[in-house]
Amino acid sequence: MVNWQKKHILGIKDLTRQEIEVVFNLAASFKELSQREVKKAPALRGKTVINLFFESSTRTRTSFELAAKRLSADVLNFSSSTSSLSKGETIVDTIKNLESYHPDILVIRIGYSNSLYSLSQYTSASIVNAGDGANEHPTQALLDMFTVKEIKGTLEGLSVLIVGDIKHSRVARSNIFGFQKFSSSLRVCGPPTLIPYEFHKLGVDISYNLDECLPQADVIIFLRIQQERQTSSFFPSIREYVNNFSLTPERIKRTKKDCLIMHPGPVNWDIEISSQLKERIHPLILKQVENGLAVRMATLYLVGTQKGEYENTD
Amino acid sequence: MKFKEKAKILSSQDIKRILHRLTHQILEKNPNPYELVIVGIQTRGVYLAKRIKEIIRKVEDVELPLGILDITLYRDDLTMIGEVPLVKETKISFDLSDKVVILIDDVLFTGRTVRCALDEIMDFGRPKRIELLVLIDRGHRELPIRADFVGKNIPTSKKELVEVRLTEIDGVDEVVILEKEEDG
Repeated sequence: MVNWQKKHILGIKDLTRQEIEVVFNLAASFKELSQREVKKAPALRGKTVINLFFESSTRTRTSFELAAKRLSADVLNFSSSTSSLSKGETIVDTIKNLESYHPDILVIRIGYSNSLYSLSQYTSASIVNAGDGANEHPTQALLDMFTVKEIKGTLEGLSVLIVGDIKHSRVARSNIFGFQKFSSSLRVCGPPTLIPYEFHKLGVDISYNLDECLPQADVIIFLRIQQERQTSSFFPSIREYVNNFSLTPERIKRTKKDCLIMHPGPVNWDIEISSQLKERIHPLILKQVENGLAVRMATLYLVGTQKGEYENTD
Repeated sequence: MKFKEKAKILSSQDIKRILHRLTHQILEKNPNPYELVIVGIQTRGVYLAKRIKEIIRKVEDVELPLGILDITLYRDDLTMIGEVPLVKETKISFDLSDKVVILIDDVLFTGRTVRCALDEIMDFGRPKRIELLVLIDRGHRELPIRADFVGKNIPTSKKELVEVRLTEIDGVDEVVILEKEEDG
């Protein structure tokens, strides 16, 4: 038996180090399942998983959809653009409506930070956070950490650098909470306008100079410049951003030989990372996608088979 | 719940002899060892499977493919037990078509584990035949399942527990019956 009591997975912040390790152990087993002739096991047979995406997403949604299907759950995909939300139905009403189908797990992506716990009052299903505003994206951090652990063998005492739009990034926050639980040191780097001063309070180092940060890092996570989220300009031009913060063939020479360069995807080639490095960097990013499936299977398996009640740790 | 040791059923020497006998029974029933593959059920079935593979290698000079099966994801009580069971490694890296699978577990009890294993093996391919080998058959079947090769039949009560201990993980080779300890 494994030690797992959580009804929901709302954020890495709520998870203990032991719980994160449980996810990793399961994910390793689930990777094997995806290599079989029949890539499916009946673990969640008869369960209903609803992918409830109030914000657009292709990768995370397909990854969760496939994860649920590989565990034999029935999956319903709901995206706001093709739903009654565009007719004016509220989010709470939408969840209440879906509750009539008695779902077991809701995988939710939503634009409002920290809104999932309040939404959990309107459903008896378990909720898995697939990204809530600028708050957390737990499965992305779990798959990043799982990938690092798979290659480095440990997460202990690593120097992790996160580069780019920290302000709008739920991936950055989840990774910070996660890696810190394994005593890794965190540093964020980007234009000052995209790094809120409050990140000091999370115990991370802040730098505005990428070249200075490169030599120490064991892991570098480049974040996507989310043009759709930036309502005002946070830097003068893409060209200036690229000059200062893009990974180029010149800059990569300054990194450690075994430094892992990761990206949650989709990569804006020639903005975050130079397309000249594609051949070298892409394989690891694709491995992240593969591991993402296994990690999401692990999270669905855990909330789908446990019977505990959710305790709000805040 | 506490258990105390009630009786020792098999010693290390007994287990060794039984495994040799069972191996010869397998070979007697399946004269062509080249169509045999061995699959052990996690955890102790895997160690028994390794030992049988080794005996066959000595007797027939054939190296049989060995698979490892974890049946957790196929359990019928997965969402009823309240706790989340760990999923261990499954590894069957060879083709099962037209093979005779010798499925190996330590104890045959309700038959539910074997049901899971049969379903899971079918998801890997279509073997010619599956034969079941267990070290101990303790009765109390809840499904119509029987073993083809049995090390020892041990009539037990449902309150008892049969524990197979193997050197590889338990430091000793023996089979014991445990009994619930009464409080007070």
